[in-house]
Amino acid sequence: MLGLSFGTSKTLKMAVYSQVMKFRMDMKQCIVQLLVQPSRGLADEKFIVLVQNAPPGYQLTVHALHKSEIGHSWEAFGHYTADTTGAVNVSEDPSLGGTYSGVEQMGLMWSLRPVPGSKPGLRLRKTNVQTPMEVTISVYQGHQTEGFMDLVPLAGVVVERWFMAPGVRRIPITEDGLTATLFLPPGPGPFPGLFDLWGGSGKLVEYRSALLASHGIASLVLDYITPKITMETGKMVDLQYFEKAYKVLEQHPQVLSSRIGMLGLSMGAGMTLKLAVYSQVIKLRCAVSFGGSHVQPVEGSVEQMLDFYFKNSDKIRFTEENEVIYRDLSLPIPSDPSLKVDVGRLKCPLLVVLGDDDQNTPSYESAMDMKEMMERAGNNHLLTILSYPNTGHMIEPPYMPYARSGTYRTLDTHERVKVLWGGEMVAHSRAQEDAWRKTLVFLRENLFGNNQGNK
Amino acid sequence: MSNLLGLRRLVIGMSVHRPVRRLSTMSPPFSPILSVQPTRALVDEKLKVVVENLPPGSPVTLHSLHHSEDEDYWEAYGHYVSDFRGIVSVAEDLSFGGTYTGKEDMGLLWSMRPVPGSRKGLRLRKMNICSPLLFNISVYSGHVTEGFREETPLTSALIERWYMAPGVKRIDIRERGVRGTLFIPPGPGPFPGLLDMWGGGGGLIEYRSALLASHGYVSLAMDYFRSQELESAELEFKYFETAFNIIKEHPQVNPDRVGIFGLSLGSLVTMHVAAESTIVKPRCCICVSGSHFYPHDRTLKEVIMEPMTNSHRVRVDENNHHIWRDLWKELLSDPSKKVDVGKINCPILLVNGQDDQNAPADECAEDIAHLMNAAGNGHLLTRVLYPDTGHLIEPPYSPHCRASNFRVAAVAEKTVTLLWGGQTKPHSDAQEDSWKKILSFLQQNLYSSTSPRAKL
Repeated sequence: MLGLSFGTSKTLKMAVYSQVMKFRMDMKQCIVQLLVQPSRGLADEKFIVLVQNAPPGYQLTVHALHKSEIGHSWEAFGHYTADTTGAVNVSEDPSLGGTYSGVEQMGLMWSLRPVPGSKPGLRLRKTNVQTPMEVTISVYQGHQTEGFMDLVPLAGVVVERWFMAPGVRRIPITEDGLTATLFLPPGPGPFPGLFDLWGGSGKLVEYRSALLASHGIASLVLDYITPKITMETGKMVDLQYFEKAYKVLEQHPQVLSSRIGMLGLSMGAGMTLKLAVYSQVIKLRCAVSFGGSHVQPVEGSVEQMLDFYFKNSDKIRFTEENEVIYRDLSLPIPSDPSLKVDVGRLKCPLLVVLGDDDQNTPSYESAMDMKEMMERAGNNHLLTILSYPNTGHMIEPPYMPYARSGTYRTLDTHERVKVLWGGEMVAHSRAQEDAWRKTLVFLRENLFGNNQGNK
Repeated sequence: MSNLLGLRRLVIGMSVHRPVRRLSTMSPPFSPILSVQPTRALVDEKLKVVVENLPPGSPVTLHSLHHSEDEDYWEAYGHYVSDFRGIVSVAEDLSFGGTYTGKEDMGLLWSMRPVPGSRKGLRLRKMNICSPLLFNISVYSGHVTEGFREETPLTSALIERWYMAPGVKRIDIRERGVRGTLFIPPGPGPFPGLLDMWGGGGGLIEYRSALLASHGYVSLAMDYFRSQELESAELEFKYFETAFNIIKEHPQVNPDRVGIFGLSLGSLVTMHVAAESTIVKPRCCICVSGSHFYPHDRTLKEVIMEPMTNSHRVRVDENNHHIWRDLWKELLSDPSKKVDVGKINCPILLVNGQDDQNAPADECAEDIAHLMNAAGNGHLLTRVLYPDTGHLIEPPYSPHCRASNFRVAAVAEKTVTLLWGGQTKPHSDAQEDSWKKILSFLQQNLYSSTSPRAKL
């Protein structure tokens, strides 16, 4: 009913009006008020949802609705009871049921799921980061579980979730055959820089770089799986491609060339480790790995890494629902040095973030092996491991809906597969929030701080 | 206070005996980190400005810059010294100089003024409320007082300040002869409503209505001052009643909970309608910087021209700014020149500044109280009066305007510079405090249940 156009017939207007007035009478003239602060926030910021002026002890449902860029509706909801003052504070009061329960300040965001009747396998990702994600937060009478679209809420507000802070600049990079986007913070600079690498499914996923620029870091997201040059020639990129991208960042007048880091997720994490250790050109101040593994052919680049996975494809397992479990592809951790990045040679601080229920990559086993290698080499003081229980593979910036699996087309056969990430919704969502906060602290210490002298 | 003086001496001492170290000449890697929260806010929300990663004890200037719709530049700045952790927190630290001093969490906004070399008599107002006000907040090395444009700041951030919350709908109203803009909060409603009227400058000023809608009130900003069209007092009165009814009849408005909000001339209209209308029954009224000189049988134009006959009473100050408050004084003792406030039968809030140089708001409020008490409806009246506060009491954090260029719509042939009054700091405090009181008054009268029914 929200967004109902009142340019429609008078009969309809009166019908809605009288239905709403009936609710008012039912609630003895109480006009429930809803407040969400901030109404325009960054996507990694928390919000406070406050319901006021309800009858004390009244049952209410707080509901979130989002219509994605491709037109799918996502919803989340929690069941609450108004206190003696007639208020509900989502940050302090427990949800008694719904898509999340307990005291969960951001449950309305991370428990979002496609509305009943949606097609399966949907994923919520914002591709245009220059506009905000709009979420409608509403309050309904009683503990509702379905049919929200046919009910008239007691109150509703619109909240904007932005990936770009005001003044952040988005610059597509296409020179030198690169497919990348650079996000610059507002201000004169110069700024520390960061590479942002995603996983094996490719494409330019911009929202993390947009957020990082909103935190003061010039962030360049690089497509190395499906860049224009690969799509046109059929050839995967080599290490020089990454080095060219590094040069773009290093030579940019608003970037501090001595303060460039790298951050990668999944296969991007593997590339991060490789480049951090072996590249003669790329000099990193620090590195972060999300759901990554150091197990990969040391020689070569993207093509070799992908071949390595295909070679071991007999180790792929399947769940009852035909979801693919890829984690065994690189198990057991080899002792052959040509098959793992020699992290004993790493010279910069490394933050390794992983979920212990990662069904896609053996990130825990890899982290333990890296720890051992670095202890032997004497550089383990550079290593920090954050291991999260019941957390899956895709550890992303917080408050986006959790997904236990994702649907992709395989690069070679182009058939659709459902890849299992693992994890459990609440634990994974908490892990994302904690990991992002710690990552920002790590980046700030290493990219802004004065730990390493500038010689 | 003595602590502040002591610190000030210390800072001055530092700059006299030791050259202020410019951060830009220090070797990297000092990159100060500026955090301004929220980056996108409503105009009446507070800001938290923090600078970190500075060398301890270093002097810095925090600066705000705004490029207005009229192409003028406005700025404010404060002088700070980082603490032993290398941090400056505007909410907690003292500004030692600039356009504001002391502990002022919002000083970077309310103390803004046109940059040196600007045109005179400016007033900062946002006319297009579908876009935000943009402010550039910067950190400069040292205690800078001028030439900000020529110097590169250490770091800066951009913030947006909005009059409209997300989801608020803006609708042009051209019906039954009424011209205005209606703002509707998001959600199904029904909502309380407000008729919103500005002063004698005329035109359609939308920003306060947009902000009121962002707080949950269906609000109609009305363009009512068109003296060419409304030739008789009767027609004019009907115009106000029609406008009120447009709100009342809106399907998303609770018809029992519609109020009226007026500033300056708008206040006069508010009181006039509340007292005299047999059709319009506002639930409550808010009158900011208003007087009650509105006889029933006169048009708006006549009401305004009345004091002009006393033009010998127009004083000017040392800057040749017109002071109009005395023009109205004679009318105070003449009941035929005033609204019969004894007939008002809804709660009414009067907000005035003691240094109002445009209208004798103080004296009028006294007179209104006196008249209402005599009539037996004095219990409906709430008055707030702010010291050193002028005529233009607006939503908070907008720069104080002590005088500005003004042309009374369709009356005066030329533009004069009117003195509104008020001193920047107390006036800004008054804007912040009065807005809180206004919202609270509206909440109580238009949202809360006043009928003594049993709770569930």
